[in-house]
Amino acid sequence: MNPAATHRETRILDGDDLRRAVTRISHEIVERNQGAGALVVVGIQTGGVWIAELIAANITAIEPAREVALGTVDVSMYRDDLAIRPVVPAAPTDIPCDLTGATVVLVDNVLYTGRTVRAALEALNDHGRPRAVQLAVIVDRGHRELPIRPDYVGKNVPTHMADDVTVGPEGVVISTTMEVSAG
Amino acid sequence: MKHLLTTVGLDAAAIAGLLDVADHMSEINSRQVPKVPALRGRTVASVFFEDSTRTRLSFETAAKRLSADTMTFSVSTSSVNKGESLRDTIETLSAMGVDAFVVRHKSSGVPAAVTQWTDAAVINAGDGWHQHPTQALLDAFTITRSFGDGNSMSGRRVAIIGDIKHSRVARSNMDVFVKLGAEVTVVAPSTLLPPGGLPAGVLSAHGIDDVVGSCDVLYMLRMQRERMDSALVPELGEYSARFGLDAARAARLPAHALVMHPGPMNRGVEMLVDPSTLPGSRILAQVTNGVAVRMAVLFTILGGAATGLSQGDA
Repeated sequence: MNPAATHRETRILDGDDLRRAVTRISHEIVERNQGAGALVVVGIQTGGVWIAELIAANITAIEPAREVALGTVDVSMYRDDLAIRPVVPAAPTDIPCDLTGATVVLVDNVLYTGRTVRAALEALNDHGRPRAVQLAVIVDRGHRELPIRPDYVGKNVPTHMADDVTVGPEGVVISTTMEVSAG
Repeated sequence: MKHLLTTVGLDAAAIAGLLDVADHMSEINSRQVPKVPALRGRTVASVFFEDSTRTRLSFETAAKRLSADTMTFSVSTSSVNKGESLRDTIETLSAMGVDAFVVRHKSSGVPAAVTQWTDAAVINAGDGWHQHPTQALLDAFTITRSFGDGNSMSGRRVAIIGDIKHSRVARSNMDVFVKLGAEVTVVAPSTLLPPGGLPAGVLSAHGIDDVVGSCDVLYMLRMQRERMDSALVPELGEYSARFGLDAARAARLPAHALVMHPGPMNRGVEMLVDPSTLPGSRILAQVTNGVAVRMAVLFTILGGAATGLSQGDA
């Protein structure tokens, strides 16, 4: 007999909360990178791309004179778990310029083990040597397996490893499946 | 996908999946440092029992750009000259630790036979008159990307000119092009049409003049001189007159039409005009795309989207 399972979904941010968090992150990025040369906002395929687009648009709205480039990075060729977890590559990498000397803000929806970010850092390296790379995420859910930390966080959310975190324009939802033993 | 032996088992969705991965590989190849670590620690062995320097180099370049290790086995330098059997060769190399064999042989079916002697993946790099799957994939990639048609060749008129009967390129290409929706016409002397008939949906025409004014893609095959010896074609001059691409015919091509050739070209036989003067020539793009498509095949089989692993392994 399978144990009974209960499934619970909790919305921890709604669409407005999420937009406000992205706006705050955008302001923090501008504040921290005053006069620091070229700024390149790079979304990790696929979940980070729409957030990167939002952040780049916000930065342009906050400081119209500021030069902001937008790019995307696909990390599937750089993963360390290819052998155990096959991937189907999403859209190809699109880095609009040489990153040498630029400040890169890497953007993803959820920070979890840190392995995706590690792969993304390696991928960025193939496009030049950035002056600095900063990391922006909407949700930091913990359970890091590598020494990686975010510079800008929408919300810190303690989770179980079995939880599922979904981030979309309508907000952030945590799905928990708990096994309840019948006895 | 465990092996790539023929295009026959690939449906349109599987072909589209491989072409999408090849887009990633094109992006990698356009970089200053065109190399990614995806297949680090994997070993790809090219085993070529028939000379084909360009196909072998294309596969080896593809493997190296994905950081795989490569080894090359070519007949002229090998123990085959000392009487070692094909099976012994494969088993010996497998024992050294090979993850994929890239096999070229003059006999149809050898790559399929190799799968029985090793646990490694096997990729057909051309076997006899049978199949050359990566050529068909790279040609489909070149055509769809040139026209910006996504992964579809729907409604595109492709004319394949030359020795259809003995050509594994023609056989694989007809299969893939038709699956992607193209209208394929073959143009060949009747002695060089396949005796078993053409695949469903493929038409035939009598001379290059019947297709040159109306095709989207003019695909020229290499006319092999051996065919003259076996009297299937009367003489080269006569072949060129009916089936060769000369300047006058090239001038009748639609402005958007592509000219393609799998190489190596026979200048003065099927190619009577310098292709570098043709604005629609994609012959060098085919070579460039060949590396990207072979990277996609190696990555799909050895690295990523393999279906051999269950979700439970994640």
